[in-house]
Amino acid sequence: MAVWLSYSLSDFLLFSARTYYRLFELYNLAVWPLHLLAGLLGAAIVVLLHWGGAWRGRAIAGVLAACWLWVAWAYLYERYDTINWMARYFAIGFAAQAAMLVVSGVVLNRLAPAAGFASRAGSGIVVFALLAQPLFAPLFGRAWTEIEVFGLAPDPTVAATIGVLLAMRRVHVSLLIIPLLWCAVTGATLWAMQAPDALLMPAVAVLAIGLAIWKIPTRGATA
Amino acid sequence: MSLIDRRALLASLAAAGATAAFPRLVPAQGAPLVSRPIPATGEQLPLVGLGSWRTFNVGNDPAARNACADVMRAFFAGGGKMIDSSPMYGSSQDVIGYGLEKLDALGKVFAADKVWTRSGGAGQIETSRQKWRVARFDLMQVHNLLAWREHLPMLFDMKAEGAIRYVGITTSHGRRHDEFAGVMRDYPLDFIQVTYNAVDREVEQRILPLARERGIAVIVNRPFRGGSLVRRAKRRPLPAWAAEIDCTSWAQVLLKFIVSHPAVTCAIPATTRVDHVRENIGACYGRLPDAALRRRIVAAVGQF
Repeated sequence: MAVWLSYSLSDFLLFSARTYYRLFELYNLAVWPLHLLAGLLGAAIVVLLHWGGAWRGRAIAGVLAACWLWVAWAYLYERYDTINWMARYFAIGFAAQAAMLVVSGVVLNRLAPAAGFASRAGSGIVVFALLAQPLFAPLFGRAWTEIEVFGLAPDPTVAATIGVLLAMRRVHVSLLIIPLLWCAVTGATLWAMQAPDALLMPAVAVLAIGLAIWKIPTRGATA
Repeated sequence: MSLIDRRALLASLAAAGATAAFPRLVPAQGAPLVSRPIPATGEQLPLVGLGSWRTFNVGNDPAARNACADVMRAFFAGGGKMIDSSPMYGSSQDVIGYGLEKLDALGKVFAADKVWTRSGGAGQIETSRQKWRVARFDLMQVHNLLAWREHLPMLFDMKAEGAIRYVGITTSHGRRHDEFAGVMRDYPLDFIQVTYNAVDREVEQRILPLARERGIAVIVNRPFRGGSLVRRAKRRPLPAWAAEIDCTSWAQVLLKFIVSHPAVTCAIPATTRVDHVRENIGACYGRLPDAALRRRIVAAVGQF
């Protein structure tokens, strides 16, 4: 135990900040113009949260599942794994989340968008993930080519998913676990890199937990 | 001429070449590159090697890989030999292999790597060898004592078969020194690797004396505490006494503190920058601090 206590967070950081962001740059260049498609899918989620028929929960879950699967394969496994051997395990987690979204949302149709404060807050998080998170790279002095985009990069995909889940009638605890764990992972990574936006995803997680706890007594939870 | 004499002559010739390559970093009097013998064989190693933790883990980025190869080119041009890595370091092994092949330097490098797994050590070592693109490793170490009871007998067998030349163990940050010292006493190790610098000096008490007593070569990791020591030092002017040990930078002062300990064989700073690797390898040249100057270095670092 004493040995483990002697480690600091930075001791687990395998790469430099420059290498980490350069990975996004090379990834963005390789997958362009998928950013446009990802943007359309994100906009569709926002629309479907407020308008549409009984099928919209299925559609949202399907879009999110496709995004999680893409990030698992194209970013985490194919690219992040080249500098972080833990990324293959992250990829498994993302693929598992995609499977759970398919089962719970598409097959069982358990995701039903709701109205109310928590749902508006959830929608707000989705909009934040779509529009604000990509701006962080230039805002914090990084190149535009290093931006992280919903549907392609993990952080905005996870934030948008948390927003969607909070905008549902019930709190889907099992679907929140992996996104919340990722918030801790990415927060720790960015903190070790001394990135100025290190606390953003942990803050999203704290907000999500708070809203979920607030919702459960009135709306109920589902595993 | 004995093998060691020939090596010494070659080292001198390499030093002469380095003098031409780095006129600002090598003392004006053209001092030869300083090396230390590996106690087990007498083979000479330059006082400064090249680490790869974090710095060489650049993935498949072609530009970054070429930048790492440039660092390796400057390292070899300065007379450097030992490069150290580990399967734990992401793509570092592959990047080193890329650089060695690009520079046609497979014959120049003293290849030091580690086994870092609980099982399947032989398979991991072979995978590492393929990534490095070397015929065999010169030194194979058990990383952070992980499963050392399983790995050490295998490594000694590999050494007996000629598949590796030296066997070692590593630790860092001053961890598990009791167990580490026990392995040093019980096994015929050729090398140990530990953390040592002007701040982290715990190894002076027991590990370094034991290494001398047992005839074990010592590699020093984290010579700059992950870069923080140099960053702090550079806020202050270089003291006048640095010239007494032919140092032109704080990095060289910090490295010479480490390698002036008689038990230390070499230090392995890591860097992504050509100017920094030239600066580091410059610590292989010129005078080393005596006991009094070592105390001044410790005192100066204590004021950072």
